[in-house]
Amino acid sequence: MNFKNLREYLAWLYYQYLLITGIYVLEPWEKSIFNSILFSAIAMVVYTSYVFVPIHVRLALEFFSGIFGGQHSTMKH
Amino acid sequence: MFFFPQNPNVTHNSNLYKRPFVESFEETPLLVAVLTYMGYGILTIFGYLRDFLRHWNIEKCHVARDREQQKDFVPLYQDFENFYTRNLYMRIRDNWNRPVCGVPGAKMDLAERVSYDYNWTFKHTGKVVKDVINMGSYNYLGFAENVGACADAAVDVTKKYGSGVGSTRCEIGNLDIHEELEQLIARFLGVESSMAFGMGFATNSMNIPALTGKGCLILSDELNHASLVLGARLSGSTIRVFKHNNMQSLEKLLRDAIVHGQPRTHRPWKKILIVVEGIYSMEGSIVRLPEVIALKKRYKAYLYLDEAHSIGALGPHGGGVVDYFGLDPNDVDIMMGTFTKSFGAAGGYIGGKKELIDYLRSHSHSALYATSMSPPVAQQIITSMKIIMGEDGSTLGRQQTQLSQNTTYFRKKLWDMGFIIYGNDDSPVVPLMLYMPAKIGAFGREMLKRNIGTVVVGFPATPIIESRARFCVSAAHTREMLDIALEAISEVGDVLQLKYSRRERPLPALGWMSEESLLQD
Repeated sequence: MNFKNLREYLAWLYYQYLLITGIYVLEPWEKSIFNSILFSAIAMVVYTSYVFVPIHVRLALEFFSGIFGGQHSTMKH
Repeated sequence: MFFFPQNPNVTHNSNLYKRPFVESFEETPLLVAVLTYMGYGILTIFGYLRDFLRHWNIEKCHVARDREQQKDFVPLYQDFENFYTRNLYMRIRDNWNRPVCGVPGAKMDLAERVSYDYNWTFKHTGKVVKDVINMGSYNYLGFAENVGACADAAVDVTKKYGSGVGSTRCEIGNLDIHEELEQLIARFLGVESSMAFGMGFATNSMNIPALTGKGCLILSDELNHASLVLGARLSGSTIRVFKHNNMQSLEKLLRDAIVHGQPRTHRPWKKILIVVEGIYSMEGSIVRLPEVIALKKRYKAYLYLDEAHSIGALGPHGGGVVDYFGLDPNDVDIMMGTFTKSFGAAGGYIGGKKELIDYLRSHSHSALYATSMSPPVAQQIITSMKIIMGEDGSTLGRQQTQLSQNTTYFRKKLWDMGFIIYGNDDSPVVPLMLYMPAKIGAFGREMLKRNIGTVVVGFPATPIIESRARFCVSAAHTREMLDIALEAISEVGDVLQLKYSRRERPLPALGWMSEESLLQD
């Protein structure tokens, strides 16, 4: 596929999304319901990961560095 | 060209075939199958939502529903087929039942229509979409024309005989033109005798009950046409179904039938009738006739061959699958076919031994009760059949050569473009796999935008995930028309991402498997 510009490419991507999910055949109001549910779910996932992933990563780092640091210190002794 | 080492449909008895028999049914890619099911899942959820809204009268219900007074009775519109029609089929209904104006030859005119309420009702705009390339008609040999030798002959006959006599063949509806037609069919097929009927569907559904009955066994291919299924059920015989074109499955059923006989009593079956079609119109596959005949002879069964699509369209002389495989027509007990497809007419025929035809003349419901064939229709068949046989002075087999060249060209091009197409290399019916429900609608609409009329097929005519577009190649298509159609198909294939085939690439599963086995070692 050759695209003239980014806009055309994005339109094609959206068309593929419509076809694969099957919402191509739905009426506009049904499409907007589907899109709203899908995008709010994605937004929630993104937000949750933004909020909680750093905390978990920090905790995990502390945990592993605790083990690693502990071993390290035993080796020193 | 179409060779797969892992394909279960490869020929096992290749010594029976005079020419290579290549048929392919490429496996559905896993990702596509998963996405297709997901699409149906999403559409089903929205279907339930709409049904809920209709139930509580939040939105207007356009289809039949249970009446208020009958709401405590058994619900009539709750099953899956009704749900499917209401909530999935209705959304893409504009792709089917399009009004055609004029002759659906190689090109046709369509009446334009619009819908302002999402396909619940249609309005004609009064405009006509001109010169749409017709890739959907069963006009294999191009006889669907309103000008030319066939049409002229039919006009002359109408002037002589009128449009019909309104009586059965047994009473006062028998005309000399019917006798002439039947003798010609027998000669064309190479059988002793034949009989013509005014309706193709009834030829199957009314003659099978005349041939078999209680205590008989019918072995039927799983993809047989509805008319054969109806006939088999009406006959009251026991029906057993074998896997599509699978000779191992057929042989196992035959052996079991002979060894065990009828259920409970264990008496031998009175008759065993194998019912197959020549070309299967949804798969584009050709029956493995040499093997079926070998089995039929070995186990002393009878064979009913429905050549609805193959007569005229296959074989160097247009004689159907028997001609295609170079077999003896006398090996097939009942040769059935229709005039609706290759001959551009209407009706059906049965050919076979004289005793069989004489028996059918006095016992078949469609011979006893149906009005006889209309004379202009009979004349259309006579003229077109004579042209196929080369008896009108034209070159013999011109249409067949054109059709087989078109078929080979069309299939080869689609194959090279990377589409998944089903069926035999020589079959003029070319199914192109679409899979996803939204793509059924999108494909039909996009093709019509490019002025090409196609047939798209979904559930219930196919398994739910194997939706497809079906092209029927005709001898009337010129190379230019096919090139225009192919270019449009390729373009739409790119837009809709339909080029699913994974033939060229090495199989990813093999690499994964070998890694796995290394790990296990």
